[in-house]
Amino acid sequence: MAQSTTLQPSAASAAYTDAPRTGTWDGGNEPFKASYGKLMMWFFLLSDTFTFGAFLTAYGLIRHKHGVYTGAAKDFFFSTAHWPIPEKVFNSFPGMHGVDLPLAFVALMTMILIFSSVTMVLAVEAGHRMDKADVQKWLLWTILFGSMFLSSQALEWTHFIGGEGPGTRMADGTIMHGANLAVNQYGPPLFADLFFFITGFHGTHVFSGVCLLVWCFIATTNGTFEKRGHYEMIEKIGLYWHFVDLVWVFVFTFFYLV
Amino acid sequence: MSSHAAPEHGAFTGEIAKPNTAWIWKTFWVLVIITAVEFAIAFSMTSPGLRTVRNSIFIVMTILKAFFIVGEFMHLKHEVKSLIWTILVPTALLVWLVVALVTEGSYVGEVLSHMFSR
Repeated sequence: MAQSTTLQPSAASAAYTDAPRTGTWDGGNEPFKASYGKLMMWFFLLSDTFTFGAFLTAYGLIRHKHGVYTGAAKDFFFSTAHWPIPEKVFNSFPGMHGVDLPLAFVALMTMILIFSSVTMVLAVEAGHRMDKADVQKWLLWTILFGSMFLSSQALEWTHFIGGEGPGTRMADGTIMHGANLAVNQYGPPLFADLFFFITGFHGTHVFSGVCLLVWCFIATTNGTFEKRGHYEMIEKIGLYWHFVDLVWVFVFTFFYLV
Repeated sequence: MSSHAAPEHGAFTGEIAKPNTAWIWKTFWVLVIITAVEFAIAFSMTSPGLRTVRNSIFIVMTILKAFFIVGEFMHLKHEVKSLIWTILVPTALLVWLVVALVTEGSYVGEVLSHMFSR
């Protein structure tokens, strides 16, 4: 191995094989005082920001391209001529059929996701203290809240696709209930398309997060991180999880409030 | 706020320190209160004339929430300055992209309605 067939400088090769590299240009310094894994997670999240940024930019452009409903809110009607008012579309709650509860369900979903973020930080904090039992406890809570959010989103999608009420008379005279990628009862076709793509892409992220958390829980239970001497993996997955919560904050504002 | 900085690894002696969670719950309440205020505004400022004001308030509050999530929960506030800027500068460029294309969207809508409806 120390023969001159390698590209390494032969004089240094012995030192390279056993001693840790500590020189500034030798891999000894951590850029930004962050570990390799955490830094790469930050850069991944930055690239993911661009993806969601592209979605929200497209949403902004398409929404401003369409007409705005200018009348009073109580006279609002669904039409492909103007963009729907969110609280007229998302106004139902599972198990309460026909009751007008604008944005109530999405408020619940937002609270669930904020809660899951808190339990995630608590898991990271427990990891700093090397408290295995607490890490397990908070990871389980986070998995629970994450799964609750996913179930809520499934209900929301089911309702959005199925539709409610008298439906909307389309240009060809037929009555349309619910939504698909080509037509929907709520407004311009692109409204439903953006709903499916943006909340769907976010939901996929939540699902991946729950899978990673389940894996983290198993590894914690097996003592993998304890043997390693630190719980940095929980921190890295935690960064991802908070990012997903962050994206929801933006989706919530631009899809449900504005 | 650096009281919750991570302790040095590798000095684990078998004893488990007391949890330090006050800052987590503080951030939680900030997020809950901002969200509650957003809902209050969504239902109290309904007049079409106040649309722009209302939406501006929403955007400011969203950025405020993002600040707390990224700064405290993701710990970015407590990282070194160069890392903070590495994350923030590209994101700031993204804001510019959004503003530019939203303006473009209004223009595209205007052009299309003039070309096809009369």
